[in-house]
Amino acid sequence: MCVAIPGKVIEVFEDKAKVDFNGNTVNVNTGLVDPKPGQYVLVHAGCAIEVMEQDKAQELIDLFTEIEALQ
Amino acid sequence: MEIREIIDYLKSYDGRELKLMEVCGTHTAAIFKNGIRSLISPKIKLISGPGCPVCVTPTAYIDKCIEYAMMPNHVLLTFGDMMKVPGTNESLSEAKGRGAANIQLMYSPFEAVEKAQQHPELTYAVAAVGFETTAPAYALMIQEAEKKGISNIKLVTALKTAIPALHWICENQEDIDGFICPGHVSVITGSRVYDELASLYRKPFVVTGFEAEHILASLYRIVKQIEKNDGHTENLYRNAVKDDGNPKALAVMEKVFQTGPAMWRGLGIIEDSGLYLKDEYAEFDGGSFELYADMELPAGCGCADVIVGRINPDQCPMFGEKCTPLKPFGPCMVSSEGACGIWYRNVN
Repeated sequence: MCVAIPGKVIEVFEDKAKVDFNGNTVNVNTGLVDPKPGQYVLVHAGCAIEVMEQDKAQELIDLFTEIEALQ
Repeated sequence: MEIREIIDYLKSYDGRELKLMEVCGTHTAAIFKNGIRSLISPKIKLISGPGCPVCVTPTAYIDKCIEYAMMPNHVLLTFGDMMKVPGTNESLSEAKGRGAANIQLMYSPFEAVEKAQQHPELTYAVAAVGFETTAPAYALMIQEAEKKGISNIKLVTALKTAIPALHWICENQEDIDGFICPGHVSVITGSRVYDELASLYRKPFVVTGFEAEHILASLYRIVKQIEKNDGHTENLYRNAVKDDGNPKALAVMEKVFQTGPAMWRGLGIIEDSGLYLKDEYAEFDGGSFELYADMELPAGCGCADVIVGRINPDQCPMFGEKCTPLKPFGPCMVSSEGACGIWYRNVN
């Protein structure tokens, strides 16, 4: 139920954005975020709920660096 | 640090047996998909929590939805995973199968606004089920409907907040040693909401994402905290989860919804865990208050124990024999995010 899928913002217009999910483009509501074209957003129930700041690869690199620092 | 070191640590763990709860059904599915259990010590038990809003929805709510779907000039809009949830006499799917109910599936709550504009002669009842992840979308939709002067939308809410349920679990299930916090709920709430729980119950609450690396890292940090007799919040999903969450989402929820008691199947009524439209939006409410009545779980059904992690789904006597996704006996088998449904599809 709470699944949210990341997609890449292609275009922003009014309160919506055109988001690319592996080739499928969908218009999503952007009332909760202010995304820019090229950014990744997490989309749930037709609504972008957050802008992701990094791509997945960089995120995981940072994750392990952070854990190391927590030792 | 390398992922290999984390796996080696978790695999060789030989301390006391630990019970760690993943609250969210999407984490349960990711744990199976990535074979996480095979990568860690048998002394680290992963148990599924109440993290599926569909599975905890009481029968009174389903009955109310069916009531709308049967009314002349009314349409019920719902997400697909609600269709098989049992009501007192039948599910939405069975009501639709009889040809008696007007039910349409939606992908997003915003479809209600479009449909209501196109068909002013019909009233659209919207089955609003979900946790904090979903609630802001409903709040935005209602604001949009109000702005556009639409009056033929009724929201039947069974929206719930996960944090009061976590308090309930900490109070009633003392043997759980640590929690993987629900990732997409945390996107909205932020990670700070777990600080009170962590300090009150002195248990680790770790926010993480849905990749195998995220989940392994969260288990590693939970076990490390337990070994140090520590219990605090850690956020390992900073790419999506901020300390204070999504302020716009929290503001719109605050504007549109008030909290109140809600019925959780298997847990009972939990104060302040339900979200209901505020009085100023009362014209959009479809009778969501006090839908507490729930089914007696069938004799032998272990859903109440599964939802709070007392047993794993495959320890229920009905599992896989008398209860399957095609013919669910209990609610946890119904939804694709229900613990039993996930276990069935992955174990069998």
